[in-house]
Amino acid sequence: MTATSESVSISQTPGIAWRKQTRFALIGALSSAFVALAGMPVGLDRRSIVYPVLSMGYLSLLWIPFVLASLAGSETVLEGMTARTRGKKDLLAGGLVGFGSASGLALLMLLIQNFDLRDPLVNWSPQLLNLLAFNQPLAVGMFLWLAFGSALGLLGGAMHVLPKKIRSHIRNVVLTVLAVSVLETFLTDLLEGFGLEILTDYIYYKRGGLEIVGALLVAALALLVPLLVGTKLTDAKQKVVSLPADERRRVNLVLLAASAAALFVLPFFLGKITNELLANVGLFVLLALGLNIVVGLAGILDLGYVAFFAVGGYTTAVLTSPNSPGFSPELPWPVALIIVILLTGLVGLFIGAPVIRMRGDYLAIVTLGFGEIIRLLFLSDWLSGWFGGAQGITNIPGVNVGIATVKGTDPRSVFLLSVVLRASAVYVSWRLENSRLGRAWMAIREDEDVAEAMGVNTTNTKLMAFVVGAVLASFSGAIFSAKVGSIFPSSFLMLVSIIILVVVIVGGMGNITGVIVGALVLIGVLGGPKQPGLLQEFSQFKLLIYGALLVWMMLKRPEGLVPNVRRTRELHQEEFLQDAWLKGEIDTDDQEDPQ
Amino acid sequence: MATAHDAKPRSRVLWVDRFLTLIRIGFIFLISVGLLAFIAQQIDPQNPLARWLNPDATGLTAAQFKGLLVTGLAQGAMYGLIALGYSMVYGVLGFINFAHGEVFMVGAMSGMITSNKLADAGLWEDAFIPSLMFVVVTSILISTAVAVIMERIAYRPLRGAPRLIPLITSIGVSFFLQNVSVVLLGPGAKSYPSLPSWLSQKRSLIGFEIEGTKLVVLLTAAVSMAGLWFLVERTKTGKAMRAVAEDKEIASLMGINVNRTIVTTFAVGGAMAGVAGILWGILFRSVIHTTGFLPGIKAFSAAVVGGIGNLGGAMAGGLSLGAAEATAPLVLLEPLGVDGVSQLRDAVAFAVLILVLLVRPSGLFGERLSEEDRV
Amino acid sequence: MTMLSIADLSVTFGGLHALKNLQFEVEEGEIVSVIGPNGAGKTTFFNMISGMVTPTAGEIIFEGESLLGLDPSQVTERGIARTFQNVRLFANMTILENVMVAQHCRTHQKVFGALFQTKAFKSEEDAIRKYGEEVLSFFGSRLVGYRLDQPASVLSYANRRRLEIARAMATRPRLLLLDEPVAGMNPRESAELTELIGRLRSEWGFSIVMIEHDMSVVRDVSDRVVVLDHGETIAQGPYNQVANDPKVVEAYLGRPVGSESSTEEIRP
Repeated sequence: MTATSESVSISQTPGIAWRKQTRFALIGALSSAFVALAGMPVGLDRRSIVYPVLSMGYLSLLWIPFVLASLAGSETVLEGMTARTRGKKDLLAGGLVGFGSASGLALLMLLIQNFDLRDPLVNWSPQLLNLLAFNQPLAVGMFLWLAFGSALGLLGGAMHVLPKKIRSHIRNVVLTVLAVSVLETFLTDLLEGFGLEILTDYIYYKRGGLEIVGALLVAALALLVPLLVGTKLTDAKQKVVSLPADERRRVNLVLLAASAAALFVLPFFLGKITNELLANVGLFVLLALGLNIVVGLAGILDLGYVAFFAVGGYTTAVLTSPNSPGFSPELPWPVALIIVILLTGLVGLFIGAPVIRMRGDYLAIVTLGFGEIIRLLFLSDWLSGWFGGAQGITNIPGVNVGIATVKGTDPRSVFLLSVVLRASAVYVSWRLENSRLGRAWMAIREDEDVAEAMGVNTTNTKLMAFVVGAVLASFSGAIFSAKVGSIFPSSFLMLVSIIILVVVIVGGMGNITGVIVGALVLIGVLGGPKQPGLLQEFSQFKLLIYGALLVWMMLKRPEGLVPNVRRTRELHQEEFLQDAWLKGEIDTDDQEDPQ
Repeated sequence: MATAHDAKPRSRVLWVDRFLTLIRIGFIFLISVGLLAFIAQQIDPQNPLARWLNPDATGLTAAQFKGLLVTGLAQGAMYGLIALGYSMVYGVLGFINFAHGEVFMVGAMSGMITSNKLADAGLWEDAFIPSLMFVVVTSILISTAVAVIMERIAYRPLRGAPRLIPLITSIGVSFFLQNVSVVLLGPGAKSYPSLPSWLSQKRSLIGFEIEGTKLVVLLTAAVSMAGLWFLVERTKTGKAMRAVAEDKEIASLMGINVNRTIVTTFAVGGAMAGVAGILWGILFRSVIHTTGFLPGIKAFSAAVVGGIGNLGGAMAGGLSLGAAEATAPLVLLEPLGVDGVSQLRDAVAFAVLILVLLVRPSGLFGERLSEEDRV
Repeated sequence: MTMLSIADLSVTFGGLHALKNLQFEVEEGEIVSVIGPNGAGKTTFFNMISGMVTPTAGEIIFEGESLLGLDPSQVTERGIARTFQNVRLFANMTILENVMVAQHCRTHQKVFGALFQTKAFKSEEDAIRKYGEEVLSFFGSRLVGYRLDQPASVLSYANRRRLEIARAMATRPRLLLLDEPVAGMNPRESAELTELIGRLRSEWGFSIVMIEHDMSVVRDVSDRVVVLDHGETIAQGPYNQVANDPKVVEAYLGRPVGSESSTEEIRP
């Protein structure tokens, strides 16, 4: 029997899954209509990305065909499978998804023209229609969208056809341009501080957004810089990794010291608003680091976390403010801080002890209940003799640290103080993680029963995590009180707990860097529960985005954006093991290694 | 290398246990004192015990008490309907669907939209009963759809995940749905059109003065419970639901389509929540995007009080919670000297939840959970 | 000296008598095997000693003190460690971390030491690390060297069982409960582990109670064999005596067809 010249592959490389594409097209149509009716195009139109070509409003619709087409075409290729060969059909598929998404918009436009559903749907307006139609007659507008949609969809599909290098270049350019545009306020502030306004004046348009020229410049830089510098960076990193251990440690320390110095010096180069923003982010980082210990390290979902923030804030207010009803010792802030720590520790023990042995979801609800009870108590008339009820406590003095007074009116010093406290939070998290206690937490998270059998007193250990998290939250509360100068119960809604949770999860549970990045990206750009971020226009939509983000992260990437290597392994264990097995890294040999 | 002989560890009763016992005693003490004070007050508002604890308390007349009780029961019936969804989903999938309260809110919102549209068309007044039927049916359909979509998109992919993950996801879904309502419909509170007077007037029934609307609420809840009981106990679908709640694996080995059963569970729970939404609209006539939050938590407490997984218990839990919430502030707290008690009504609800979970986490009527979910 | 003394131990799970009036003793330095057909209650027996299940009746005395009512972590603190039938390692922690965390109840440093990196803290961490490596090196070169920092999930099956034992050793017990230590291993691996179990007693001084199904291991290393069936002890003694006991044969294989029903009582 002669072997045939034609080889039949065992796994027939599959063609395009058209059903999947249609599904994505439908999702695209619905999402586009939803985004339009949610008010994003109109609300975000004010902010230009590239003036006058692209505004954030239009971007909020344009990303849909592109991203969905790209997702629809993506495939997870496990080791051992052959990837599908890409071709023209992928472009067609992408175009279809894009076309479908756009047709949702076109349909919506038609409906707005002919019906009036303004009663339930508040954004159903001629203004929306005009914006969607690019201020052209309806038919032209519809046509334009279908064209744009298909083109973007095509591009999205093309992302899978193009070689990897070009793909990453495109991604770099797009993200950099977006980032530079979004961070405009921050960058302008920063460069102004260094006296380099010329640069920012050049690339940015007077009333916001990049000039076309500026955008092109940034794009060019985004293309060239990695090409020139890229290899040098990887080389440098390689060199550092291959150094002997103590040399490496020294290098790390130098880097750490440099970034710390930079962080300290930074506020002096930034304007007031940015400092204020960074101070807010700082407070959130502190809160998030605390919750990170509770949720990320020990695996306890504490939904009432904001209560400890409140306890810290109110205790500081009562102890330091001359306006505190009832009891007004007017202690200096550092003394109050010590009392805050002790008191919160006690409250943490009081709340934690009964609940720590409950199963995970019950614990979440109970902590939520406690959080709400505490907030209601602070709000109540019954205790208003102590806490001021709905009127809160005002006239909280700033923090006197000897050299300077830190007050809300001087964001720089607030930022510095928060940096110091944040650094201590990071230090605390880091040290605890690599200690006997940290290992016990990890073991509990892995298999609580076995951890108990190995001698870990799970109750006390979990309680420890709970209390440490509580104390860190109260730190944040103490600063918050002093910074804002007054305290009201409305600052401590359950909403805050959820936002902190989103930050921790998006950043990466159990991962210090991740949490900081998460806070920067989310709170800094989109804004916190009551404070606007860099993109003020998003204030109405940020909560919606947070909710969607939380669901998305849980579904696709529960380990967060900056994942802890260990965590990623935990959450994708099957894939990790399969990969390792296929790559031969799994220990299969049983012989003793010849020494 | 034998281990060194450690100093003998003293046998320890964990201090946490001692602490818990203390708390339980504290709660019981508080409740008893409150009740005593209340009784003392009712007997004679001037007696020294009542005077000492709260000189401003006015006590309750029988009529006031009955009124409070009825209000409480009506609200409790709604909590019970919502609690059914929590209980069923927990029984089948083993996690708390945080977003269930929002399904209730969606039901209330859609009822608001449809009823207002009907009112604009004049049908709400002219043909009230058919309009109401229409509103109820659309509400049920929409809530069910939301619940089913929620399961499909957010929960099904996470079927095998460690338990915290679907819980966190459900928090995200809840948050998302609340804000969908805000961005699509606007942030303010919205009202239902007014009800015909023959419905809202008070009637006398077995010595209780009860408004027509509350009567409707109680009756609808009863009818829904009956329907649910029939479904769960007498139909094949119900049997499948019970089997899947007990042991998913074995149920699938017995030929039950587990996915479809889970979808049905979500759908039924969603429908109940939708009904509760309309009832809320009828009773309070106002709905806002946060309407689902508190009732959702209270309904979950009710589900736990009744024993999670236990449907009859969920309704019983709801009714008792509603009654407690309405009467406790004035019966327990005011005599103890707490003023402004109506504000603390919600705190009472939370306190009941915590108390139940501490003292008797398997609920008043016992849990009905599979072994794997119990851990 | 009698290390572990169990009297009239019983436990019922909803109508099922998993253990009935069990009597059991272990002398210091003994290696006792517990055998019996599946469902005899052997793992339940271990679960009760280690505190994971509460008995409905009976007494467990370890080194003169009762173990009843203690949490599993307290039992471990007293000096009893166990392995699990289906290996339950901390899969995402490294091999070294697995044996480090097992020393939790023998070490003391808490938050203060970790935060301020006190000398006491550092020296304790070093000691923990050293002892962990020492325990791991008992199994040769398999679990040391570059392996130390690898996650436990990459280990082969046999190595996992070894790590499981190492982890139990690291808790510095005086009594080791091994639940089917050689299950799933091939003959060569079983023989090697049998020898290691002997060395656990002779070099490390542990007393050992072992549940096993592999009779060659039982024969080669046990001082005494206890046979459980349906929650009761049906035979006890050196291996050869027990292996030929007709009651034991009947428990495993059933009564031969056609033999008259025996009236022997089954008593511990």
